[in-house]
Amino acid sequence: MESLEPILTAHPFFKGLDQAHINLITGCASNVRFNEGKFIFREGEEAHQFYLIREGRVAIELFTPNRGHITIETLDEGDIVGWSWLIPPYNWHFDAKAIEATRAIALDGKCLRKKCEDDHDLGFEILKRFAHIMEQRLASTRIQLLDLYDVRA
Amino acid sequence: MFEHNVSTEPLYIEGSPFLPEPYVIRRVKRETEDTFTLELEPKPSAHPFTFLPGQFNMVYVYGVGEIPISISGDPSARGVLVHTTRAVGSVTKAMDRLKKGDMIGIRGPYGIPWPVDEAVGKDVVIVAGGIGLAPLRPSLYTLLQNRDRYGKVVLLYGTRTPADILFREELEQWRARFDLDVFVTVDRAMAGWKGNVGVVTTLIAKSPFDPRNAVAMICGPEVMMRFTAMELIKRGVDGQQIYVSMERNMECGVGLCGHCQYGHHFVCKDGPVFRYGSIKDLIMKWEI
Repeated sequence: MESLEPILTAHPFFKGLDQAHINLITGCASNVRFNEGKFIFREGEEAHQFYLIREGRVAIELFTPNRGHITIETLDEGDIVGWSWLIPPYNWHFDAKAIEATRAIALDGKCLRKKCEDDHDLGFEILKRFAHIMEQRLASTRIQLLDLYDVRA
Repeated sequence: MFEHNVSTEPLYIEGSPFLPEPYVIRRVKRETEDTFTLELEPKPSAHPFTFLPGQFNMVYVYGVGEIPISISGDPSARGVLVHTTRAVGSVTKAMDRLKKGDMIGIRGPYGIPWPVDEAVGKDVVIVAGGIGLAPLRPSLYTLLQNRDRYGKVVLLYGTRTPADILFREELEQWRARFDLDVFVTVDRAMAGWKGNVGVVTTLIAKSPFDPRNAVAMICGPEVMMRFTAMELIKRGVDGQQIYVSMERNMECGVGLCGHCQYGHHFVCKDGPVFRYGSIKDLIMKWEI
């Protein structure tokens, strides 16, 4: 069976991590596949994974009673899906749905949290990487909120 | 310089730079709920009209007023002048009510064009936001008509919702080409939309171009252009190779009246296309 270690090593998210940490992370990783239309997770469910998309597209959505499912952003190849596994109380705040057939690597959050607690250097590296993603997505969301293309903007 | 770029001097009729030349509306095309395209035909007696990608005309709706609008058509097409705009002010709303056969006044073309000549031999990244795709369409026509002179050509287009996508049919045709990479994103969408959702800047990191040998042309809301330029620079594009199209209150079109003054520039004469490096200090100033 093909090891996921080379894929994780080559992924930009893990760029610069030392081999020992890559090996630790590989122990928490597995291949997953989602058919088009399949929910990867739903708002309110326990969050114990995150995903590196290898192929396909995932929509982060929110259901509203009057307007139905609203897509907040889409993520595709190379992107990370999910950080609620990292922050108590470990529940998803939004839905994630594969809007195309999607292949990903799932990282077991419980497994990784334990390894991060045991090895704070690994924990710091993981946190730094997630902080970077959060910063980028927050900046994008702020621009989205400006509704720049509205006539009055 | 490409062959079709013959004479782009503004048309001064009877010696007056302010006298519009009458054009007849040949076709009105609804693009989205609030944007439309007018195809205009000069009167038989009119002077020949040529323009460069990125230039604009002063468009006069008789009895209502005159406004600057970028030309959105093909620079190589003879005998037709194309303008795409959004019905948002009194003049554009009046334009929106015009029909085939109605008359409209044109002065122009004015302004500094997109650097399609300077981009020869390089990758070209076109980033458009909303109605900003209209002033960039002429440069895309030119790039595609001279495709072998350029490296990769990438179009990144962001707009508000799927219903606001401009030139949808053309975008689909462009997407089908093997020599052009087209990425479209919307700021918001309901379930059912299979494309990208997110701001246009999020497309830059993954776009297939060489930042060390690329020219970027950006047109859209000013904030969008600022963030796009920053993201391109982060990717490694030289700020001097980034061009933006500024919008100010152009009135005379020839740098006389001062209405479009932007720092020490007049947007009508020194722009609307500027090298980002030459205005990046101005673009951050609140007072301008």
